[in-house]
Amino acid sequence: MATQTIAHGEQQRVNYLNWKTTVASWLFTYDHKRIGILYLVSITIFFLLGGIAAALIRMELATPKGDLLTSDVYNKMFTIHGVLMIFFFLVPSIPAVFGNFVLPMMIGARDVAFPRLNLLSWYFFMVGALLATIALVKGGIDTGWTFYTPYSSSFAKGEVSLAIVGVFLAGFSSIFTGINFLVTIHKMRAPGMTWFRLPLFVWAMYATSLIQVLGTPVVAITLLLVAVERSLRIGIFDPNLGGDPILYQHLFWFYSHPAVYIMILPGMGVISEVISAFSKKRVFGYHFVAFASLAIAIIGFLVWGHHMFSTGQSIYASILFSFLTFLVAIPSAIKTFNWMATIWKGRVHWEAPMIYALGFMGLFVIGGLTGLYLAAMATNVHLTDTYFIVAHFHYVMVGGAIMAYLAALHFWWPKMTGRMYPQSWAKLSALLVFVGFNLTFFPQFILGYMGMPRRYHSYPEEWAALNLLSSAGASVLGIGYLLPAIYLVWSLKYGRVVTERNPWGARGLEWELVDTPPDPHNFERTPIVTRPAYDYGHPEEPTGIIPKPRPVVVGGKDG
Amino acid sequence: MWNIPFVPPTASQEAVGISWLYWVITALSVFFGGIVLFGAIFLAVKYRAGNQNVDRSNATDSDLRLELSWTLIPLILAIAIFGWAAKLYGDIYAPREGGYYEVFVVGKQWMWHCQHPNGVRENNELTLPAGQLIKATIISQDVIHAFSIPAFRVKRDAVPGRYNAMYFTPTVPGEYHLFCTEYCGTKHSEMIGKVRVLPPDEFEKWLQSGGAGAAAAPMSLEEQGKQLFTKLACNTCHMNPNSAVKAPDLNGLYGHEVKLADGRTVKADDAYIRESILNPGAKIVAGYQNQMPPYQGQIKEEEIIALIAYIKSLAQAGGGN
Amino acid sequence: MSVKEAEVLEHGTSLAHPAHEEILGEQFETLEQQNNAYLIGMWAFIVQEVLFLGAIFAAYGIYRLKYLHEFTLAHKELDWVVGGINTLVLLASSYTMARAVRAAMQNKHGRQILYLGFTLFFAGIFMFNKYIEYSKKYEHHLIPGWGYDAHAIVEHGEKKKILEPLPDGNYKIKLETEKTVTPEEFKQRTQLFLGFYFILTGLHGLHVLVGMIAIGVLMVRAYIDYKKRKPVADYMPVEMVGLYWHFVDIVWIFIYPLLYLIGR
Repeated sequence: MATQTIAHGEQQRVNYLNWKTTVASWLFTYDHKRIGILYLVSITIFFLLGGIAAALIRMELATPKGDLLTSDVYNKMFTIHGVLMIFFFLVPSIPAVFGNFVLPMMIGARDVAFPRLNLLSWYFFMVGALLATIALVKGGIDTGWTFYTPYSSSFAKGEVSLAIVGVFLAGFSSIFTGINFLVTIHKMRAPGMTWFRLPLFVWAMYATSLIQVLGTPVVAITLLLVAVERSLRIGIFDPNLGGDPILYQHLFWFYSHPAVYIMILPGMGVISEVISAFSKKRVFGYHFVAFASLAIAIIGFLVWGHHMFSTGQSIYASILFSFLTFLVAIPSAIKTFNWMATIWKGRVHWEAPMIYALGFMGLFVIGGLTGLYLAAMATNVHLTDTYFIVAHFHYVMVGGAIMAYLAALHFWWPKMTGRMYPQSWAKLSALLVFVGFNLTFFPQFILGYMGMPRRYHSYPEEWAALNLLSSAGASVLGIGYLLPAIYLVWSLKYGRVVTERNPWGARGLEWELVDTPPDPHNFERTPIVTRPAYDYGHPEEPTGIIPKPRPVVVGGKDG
Repeated sequence: MWNIPFVPPTASQEAVGISWLYWVITALSVFFGGIVLFGAIFLAVKYRAGNQNVDRSNATDSDLRLELSWTLIPLILAIAIFGWAAKLYGDIYAPREGGYYEVFVVGKQWMWHCQHPNGVRENNELTLPAGQLIKATIISQDVIHAFSIPAFRVKRDAVPGRYNAMYFTPTVPGEYHLFCTEYCGTKHSEMIGKVRVLPPDEFEKWLQSGGAGAAAAPMSLEEQGKQLFTKLACNTCHMNPNSAVKAPDLNGLYGHEVKLADGRTVKADDAYIRESILNPGAKIVAGYQNQMPPYQGQIKEEEIIALIAYIKSLAQAGGGN
Repeated sequence: MSVKEAEVLEHGTSLAHPAHEEILGEQFETLEQQNNAYLIGMWAFIVQEVLFLGAIFAAYGIYRLKYLHEFTLAHKELDWVVGGINTLVLLASSYTMARAVRAAMQNKHGRQILYLGFTLFFAGIFMFNKYIEYSKKYEHHLIPGWGYDAHAIVEHGEKKKILEPLPDGNYKIKLETEKTVTPEEFKQRTQLFLGFYFILTGLHGLHVLVGMIAIGVLMVRAYIDYKKRKPVADYMPVEMVGLYWHFVDIVWIFIYPLLYLIGR
C-alpha cells in the first residue's frame, strides 16, 4: 500500500493521496489536505446545482414575458441559486478549499491547530447542505437568499425553517474553520516565520477568519429567530405581531455585508500569490497590502447600513454608513495599484493562473468601481434593488471571487494532484470566462440604470435586447466554467506527471520544501524560515530550510 | 430594432442632479478602471519574461510616495463624491415643512394603491402635476415593498407599520414606469404600474373630474376622514365640549409641538397621529388621562390616512390655540 | 539569520520532554504551543458565543424599551427566588470547577474527580430548578406557540393593581406612566417577552447540558488517568471545560438581572 507502481515504472513516493486509499480513510481523515479536497468536491457539486438554477433564470429572462417558468418556480430558482452559491459555494470556496490545503504548508506547519475540529466543520457543512438541498428540492422556498422578514417569517410557504437550519449549520462550519485558522496562524508558524514574513494569502485568511468568527454567529442566531417566529408566531420581526422588520435587516446585514469580504478577501490573497509568482517579483508594498486586508475586515463591520438607505433609517445613520463605505473602498484600491506595481519591471510568465489573475483584476476593478455608485447615497437610492446591484455583486463575487478561485485551482493544481493540465485549454477557458462574464453582466449595469428591478420574472419590452445579450453571454460563461471541469478531471489520468517540487519556480514553503504531491505530514521536519516571503531577488537562497535531525530523537510518530 | 434605450428618461428635478452624479462617477470609474485594466495588461506584455530588451534595473518593491498618492487621491475624490451624493439624498428624503402636494401610497401584495388629498384613488397608477413638489407618504399593509420610479430616480421602501416619505418634483409630462423593487412574493414582477405626469392645468381638470379612469371617489380625503371621525365615534370625546371624558383638542394640533405626560415633547406629525390612533397609550399628552381605546387591528391603513388628512385640515383651519 | 534561528537550526526545533509526548498532538511541536493553541481557540469560541447570544440580548433590549409596560408585567411571572437560587448554585459550581482545574494541574486525580462531581451536582440542581420553572410556565399556559394565554399575567397584574381591565375589554397598565392595550396586543407582547425568556434560558440550558456531558467525560478520563497513574498532569481539557463553564455562568449572570430582577 505504501508504494505504488505507476505507468513509468518508477516507484512512487508515499504521499497524502496514496498512503491510504479506502473511502473511510477519506471520510475520517484529519489531514488538512484531504479535508481541502473533500471541500473541493462537495462545493463543486453545489456550484453545478446553483449554476443550473442560474441557467434557468437566464433562459426565462431571454424574453420579456414570463413564459418559460411560472413566477412561483422562477422565484424558487433565484432562491436556490442565491442560497447554494453564497452559503454553500462562495463562503467555503477559497477559505475551506485552499485555506485548508495550502495555509498550513505556507506557514511551515504539519497541520492546522485542530484537525478533528476541521473534519467536524466539513460534516457540519455537509449536513447543513443536505438539509438546505432537501428544503430547496422538496417544494422549494421563495424568500430569496436574504430571507427578508416579514415575508420569510409570516408569508412565505414551503420549508423555510428547514433551509434556515441548513444555513445555520453551514454557518457554524464557517465559524469553526475561522477559529481553526486564527489559532493556526497565531500558534503554528514555523520558527522564523514572523508576521511580516507571512505570505499575503495568510494575511488575507487571517482577516477572513476574523470576520467568520465575529460576523457569522449574528446571522446564525438571526436566522434562527426567523425560524422561531415562523413556528411559534412570536412577534420578533413581523409588525403584525408586534415586531420590527427593519431590525431583521440590521442584524442580517451586520453579517452579510462582511460576508462579502469573506468571499473576496481570500481571493485577493490568491491574486497576491499568483501575480508575484508569475512576475517573479516581490509583491509591491507588502505592508500596505497586508494591512489593507485587516482594514477591510475591520471597516467592513461598520458599513452594513448602506444596504438600507431607502428603508427609512435615519438620514444621519445613512450619512455615516455612506462615509464609512467610501472609506472601505480605499484599501481595495491600494491593493489593486500594488498588484500593478508588482508586474512593473517583473518577468511576466503568461501561464494560465496569471491569465486568470489578470482577469480577476479586470473584473474586480469594474466590480469595485461600481461600488462607488452604491456607496454614494443618491445614486444608491435609484440603483438599489435593480439589476445594477445584481451586476455589481456578480462582478465582485463571481468575476472577483470565482476568477480568483480558478486562479488558485490552476496555480496549486499540480501541487494537489501531481498532474499538469493542458495549458492552452486553460488559457482558452480563462478567456472565455472573461468575455462571457462581461457579455452577461455588463448589460445588466445598463438595465439597472434604466430601472429594471431585480427578482423580476417578466419585464417591459424595451429591455428585451440587452436581456437577450446577457442570456447569450451567460451561455459563453457557462462553457467557460465547464471547460476547466473537463480538462482538470482529464488531467488526473492523462495530464503530464509533475514530480518536481516547484513547477512554477515560485517562492514559498509549499513550493520550495514540500514534495509534489505533498507528504502526509507536509514537511519531513519542521522547517526554519530564513527569508521574507516572495524573495525573488535572491534565487540562490531558499525561503526556508529543513533542519538536520534532532540530537534527541523524540520518536517518529506516523499518522 | 436599433431603437434600444440605454438611459432612463430624466423626468424630475432630482433626476437631473442624480444623473450628473451618475455620469461624473462613471467618468472617474472609466479613468481609474482604464488605468488599472490597460496598465496591467500593458505592463504584463512589456515585462513579459521573453523580452530581454527592457530595463529592469532599480525594480523596487515599495515606495512610500507612491503608496500615499494612490491612497490619498482616491480618498479625496471619494469624500467629494460622498458629500455631493449626501446632499442629493437629503433633497429626496429630508422632511420638509410645506409647499408640496401630498399623495399617499399603500402597497399590498400585489398592487399599489394611491390616494390624492381630494379623495381620488388610483390603483397601480399615479397621476401627478408637472412642476410641483410632491410628497409621497408610503406604507405597506403586509410585507415590505418598494415604490420606485426610475424616470424620477427616486425610490422608497413601503414598510408595514411605519410611514416613509420622499419628495420630488416631476418636470416632464409623460408616462413612466412604476415598479415594486423589494421582493414581495409570487407576483412581485406584476406589482407594476404607470406614473402619469400632466401639465398643471390638465392635472387640475383631471383631479376635479374625479380622476378620469381612476376609481372615482367624490369625497376628499378630509371629508372621508371627517366621516370616519364620526363613524368611529372619535367625536364623542374629541372636539366635544360637553364630553364627560377629557380628550385633547385636535384643532391646530397638526405640525405643532405636543408636551407629553412624561415630560417629553414630540411633534404632531403623521407618524405620531398614526401611533396615537393605533396605540393611544404610547404618548399621552400632558394633563390628560389615558382613556382612549387603541384601534390597532380595527382600522385600515387607508382609513388612518383619511383621519390624518382630517386632523391636518383642522390645523390649517387655524382654529384652536 | 537571527541568533535564535541559528540555535534552532543547530539543535533541531523540538525539545519536548519524552513524557509529554503522550499528550502532545502530532501537529504541535511543544506542549506550550499546544496549550496556547487550545487557549486561543477557546477564547475565540467564547467571543463567537458572545456575538451569538449578544444579538438576542440586543433584540431583547430594543423590545423591552418599546413595550416596557407589557414586558414589566410579564417579568413578574418569572420566579426571582428560584432564579436567585440558581444563580448561587451556578456560582458555587464555578468555584468547584476552579478547584477541579487546580487539582488537575497538580495531577491530583481523586480531588479532581471529587470537585468535578460537585460541579456536576450543582449543574444538576440548576437543571432541576429550570425544569420546575418551565413546568410552572406550562401550567400557566405561558409557553409561546403552545396554547399561549396571557390570563395568568392579567390576573397577577390585577392582584398587584398595576393592570386594570377597562369596560371596553382593553387593559390599562399603570406603572409610572400609563398605557392602554388591547388583549390581543397584550398577548402578543407578553408572548414576545416569554419568547425571549425561553430562547435565552433555553440556549443557556443547552450550554449547561453540553457542559455537563463534558464534565462527565472529564471524570471518566480522570479515573482512567488515576488507574494508569499517569505521571504528567494532562490538565488542558479540564482547563478548557473550566473556561467554558465560567463563560456559561457569566451568561447566566446577565440573564438573571435582565430577565428576572429588572422588572421587580
